[in-house]
Amino acid sequence: MTDGAVELALLEEGPAVAKGDVLLRADHLKKYFPIKSGILIQREVARVHAVDDVSFELRAGETLGLVGESGCGKSTLARCIARLYDITSGSLEFEGTDISKYSRRQLRAVRRDLQMIFQDPYASLNPRKRVGAIISDPLRIHRAGSRDQIRRRILELLELVGLSAEHINRYPHEFSGGQRQRIGVARALALKPKLVIADEPVSALDVSIRAQVINLLDDLQDELGLTYIFIAHDLGVVRHVSDRIAVMYLGKIVEISPAEELYQRPVHPYTEALLSAVPVPDPDLSASRQRLVLEGDVPSPIDPPSGCRFHPRCRYATQVCKAAEPPLVQHGSLGHLAACHHPLSLQTQVGAWATVPVSAETPLSETATT
Amino acid sequence: MADPLLDIRNLKVAFRTDDGLVRAVDGVSLSLYEGETLGIVGESGSGKSVTMMSVMRLITDPNAQFDGEVIYKGTNLMGMSQDQIRSIRGAGISMIFQDPMTSLNPVYKVGWQIEEQIREHEHVSRPAARDRAVELLTAVGIPNARERADAYPHQFSGGMRQRVMIAMAVSCNPDVLIADEPTTALDVTIQAQILSLIKKLKQDFGTAVVLITHDMGVVADMADRIAVMYAGRIIEQGTQRELFYDPQHPYTWGLLGSIARLDRPRPRRLTAIPGLPPSLMQLPVGCAFGERCAHRFERCRETPLLLDRAGPGHLDACHLSAQQKQDVRDRTIHPELVEERP
Amino acid sequence: MLTFIIRRTLWTVVVMFVITVVVFFIFFKTPGVDPARALAGRNPSPQTLAEVRAQLGLNRPLLVQYGLMMKRIFITRNLVSYSDQGQLVIPEIFAAAPATLSLVFGAAIIWIVMAIVMGVAAARLRGRIYDPILMILALIGLSAPVFWIGQVANLITQGGLHNSVFSWVPPLGYTSFTVSPLHWFTGLVFPWITLSILYIGFYARVLRANLLEIQTEDYVRTARAKGLSERRVLLRHTLRTSMITFVSLFGLDFGALVGGGAILTEVVFGIHGVGFLTWQALQNLDLPTIMAVVIYGAFFIVLMNALVDIAYAWLDPRVRPA
Repeated sequence: MTDGAVELALLEEGPAVAKGDVLLRADHLKKYFPIKSGILIQREVARVHAVDDVSFELRAGETLGLVGESGCGKSTLARCIARLYDITSGSLEFEGTDISKYSRRQLRAVRRDLQMIFQDPYASLNPRKRVGAIISDPLRIHRAGSRDQIRRRILELLELVGLSAEHINRYPHEFSGGQRQRIGVARALALKPKLVIADEPVSALDVSIRAQVINLLDDLQDELGLTYIFIAHDLGVVRHVSDRIAVMYLGKIVEISPAEELYQRPVHPYTEALLSAVPVPDPDLSASRQRLVLEGDVPSPIDPPSGCRFHPRCRYATQVCKAAEPPLVQHGSLGHLAACHHPLSLQTQVGAWATVPVSAETPLSETATT
Repeated sequence: MADPLLDIRNLKVAFRTDDGLVRAVDGVSLSLYEGETLGIVGESGSGKSVTMMSVMRLITDPNAQFDGEVIYKGTNLMGMSQDQIRSIRGAGISMIFQDPMTSLNPVYKVGWQIEEQIREHEHVSRPAARDRAVELLTAVGIPNARERADAYPHQFSGGMRQRVMIAMAVSCNPDVLIADEPTTALDVTIQAQILSLIKKLKQDFGTAVVLITHDMGVVADMADRIAVMYAGRIIEQGTQRELFYDPQHPYTWGLLGSIARLDRPRPRRLTAIPGLPPSLMQLPVGCAFGERCAHRFERCRETPLLLDRAGPGHLDACHLSAQQKQDVRDRTIHPELVEERP
Repeated sequence: MLTFIIRRTLWTVVVMFVITVVVFFIFFKTPGVDPARALAGRNPSPQTLAEVRAQLGLNRPLLVQYGLMMKRIFITRNLVSYSDQGQLVIPEIFAAAPATLSLVFGAAIIWIVMAIVMGVAAARLRGRIYDPILMILALIGLSAPVFWIGQVANLITQGGLHNSVFSWVPPLGYTSFTVSPLHWFTGLVFPWITLSILYIGFYARVLRANLLEIQTEDYVRTARAKGLSERRVLLRHTLRTSMITFVSLFGLDFGALVGGGAILTEVVFGIHGVGFLTWQALQNLDLPTIMAVVIYGAFFIVLMNALVDIAYAWLDPRVRPA
């Protein structure tokens, strides 16, 4: 980092995973929450299929975006990867080791490399602790250095996230939402993690502050070579930060693709509908665009539909969609996978974004018809 | 143009606190005309909700102070007694709120909650009110409305509850529907459903809509005219096209530039507005946006008036000249263009 | 719903079993407690003590004693008091129950009505001087000791003013409703008031706090936005939801009082109810009576608990089993 950076003995880089190598691999990951009922003795009567057979790879230095509507399992998946939840079945390899069955104690070493940033900067910071203590907690827990070293590291982190040294003795309630999220970021980065899982990190923030935090996360990735899993329901934000994007629906990844390609050429009808539903901040485009309004609600993850889980709401669905679950296979270019019996070809696309760049030569005011 | 349906004149709302007076709304004037959709855009604390809650006289905080007038059908709502304003709430002007999960009473059936409003304003029998409620529920897209009317709010999804709220709001054919962030708590596909429902009802009933939101995409889809609020004041107001294609205020540019848009090439960085909104207890001297504005100059120490500098009906509160604005704004609104330049 | 009832009943049995075991063993493991010594008169010879022990079955293993006691309570229903030989415990409790029920029912009606009136009034008049005045009154009621209020009431009604203003108040004690409804009523007026004062204070304060909290809920704002009157908003929307908390508190307190919790009031006013019985049994270390009273009390508490749960489901559709 900077010249004066403190090298904490315990924080020396381990066997480094080079940029582009596989950092994390999830294989047939499942997380079911049991629903219990019964007289005196509780029996499991049903299961919430929160994450149901999810496989993907994450390469060092990249950002994987996870999108989907509430209840699609994106937050549960994040918590499984961070091992805040036990995993029902499947494997989860981090730097080549399967951590899916790790005990609490074994996980401590892993947690240093794998940190989370949460949605609500109000709820995720202890209101009775000062900022300095909040940020240094992970350092103290992992006994990373002397008091003096830790203090210097806190100051360094505060500067890194755009706060000043004077903030060290303040309490979370003295900060605005955006600043609190910066504190959350500083805490996550304290142990120099390799992977940062950000669960809706900007959803609770106002638009102008949102851009500040997104830019900060961007800069930190460049500076520190971080790998991100970025969860958001705002498709614009996800596209802005991600290299690749996975779309989830009812516990499954239905499409995973390089970011730009997903927006230009969605293959799964659900992705198409999702993209089409996003309102555009451009009245003309908004008026000329044909929007697909998806009918109904997301079905219950306790008893998900048979076959393709999207079939009851899909406008292309046929008998086969009800009967058989489509596998996640390659469609079109390399790395673009989708699970659909009736993948969209270029002709049928309605919801895709015709990205019309505005020419730099024509100022907007001339094109405007006022 | 005809007389406005609802005319807010120099509305001020302040809250007394131990630390001082919080000026939540500081001299807002707005007109709503028949059949139109007026979008009010702003971030949290900009005063957009407080303004419309004050119009409905729904602020019960004993520490609130009000000043100004709200004229509806020739009468000043601010001067009305509780009984008078009650006959307008829910009948002439109705409101839906951000969180459909908590906005319906959990202990009553949804049909009953709609009937309650109908029977408060009209002398109809219970069965007649029930029939109307079922009709309304059908109109807002609730399947099997007759049976579903006997269900409790927790048996509905968020989107369905917002539909119920809308059915209730339009149950007495109001002239004005105030929608306070009606889709913020909902998923994007459900948001699309609700917005198209509001559009359809607006067409069918001819209701004028005030749409409060922080999402520029939502107003681009819905609004005829737009007012942008910042720190309790309107800083720009005009037609939808004026606001999107010829915005005059640097804060409006900032709002447009800080959105991660799907319809444009991806910029390397978003245009973030630096700093934080000012404290409503100690507004800075002059332009409230001044401290965060990249184009600030000496005159910004005088409070800019909301004037139609860019053309009739297009108001803004910024001292920059039209030429200066044209020169600087595109680089704020279109970060992707700036980067493409050599 | 059926599984709910079955589960509740099973739990009740388990809870009551645990309570009886705990009471039983605490009694025998408390140092200095020897029922035989208490019965055998002053300075008994070892033989007399042993005889009394054998007579009471105290020489048998504790487990057998426990089993016998349970059998006599639940099956043969012929458990006999230690202190008053020949007195069957169970009929004694059944004889005492009507007095307690009369006392507690009447008091409960007063305290519910008064607490709702005061709580609602205070919440409605918030920001004006009446709110703190009502709440200070409630606090006084909450802090005044029952025996003190009772003694003062007795002093006034049975003392100096008995021959003038309060000549209608009968002497201390309980008159059965079947004997004389008028005396039943007049004799209970002051015990009712005394017992309810504490609860009025407590419930009024809880209700006010709860009402104010619910007034900030979104659905109350919706109710106002619908154009409903403040009165309707308060009664149909705010108070209705407050009742969920109110009822659960009430169920527990009521159960405890019926189960013998109104000891002080019963003793001060000489009402021979279950609380009075408990008081006597405790003074005489009369295990059979204590045990029976405890079981009787536990039964009412558990019963009220179940009723509260049912009332809950009725008041709050969200907790109704689907």
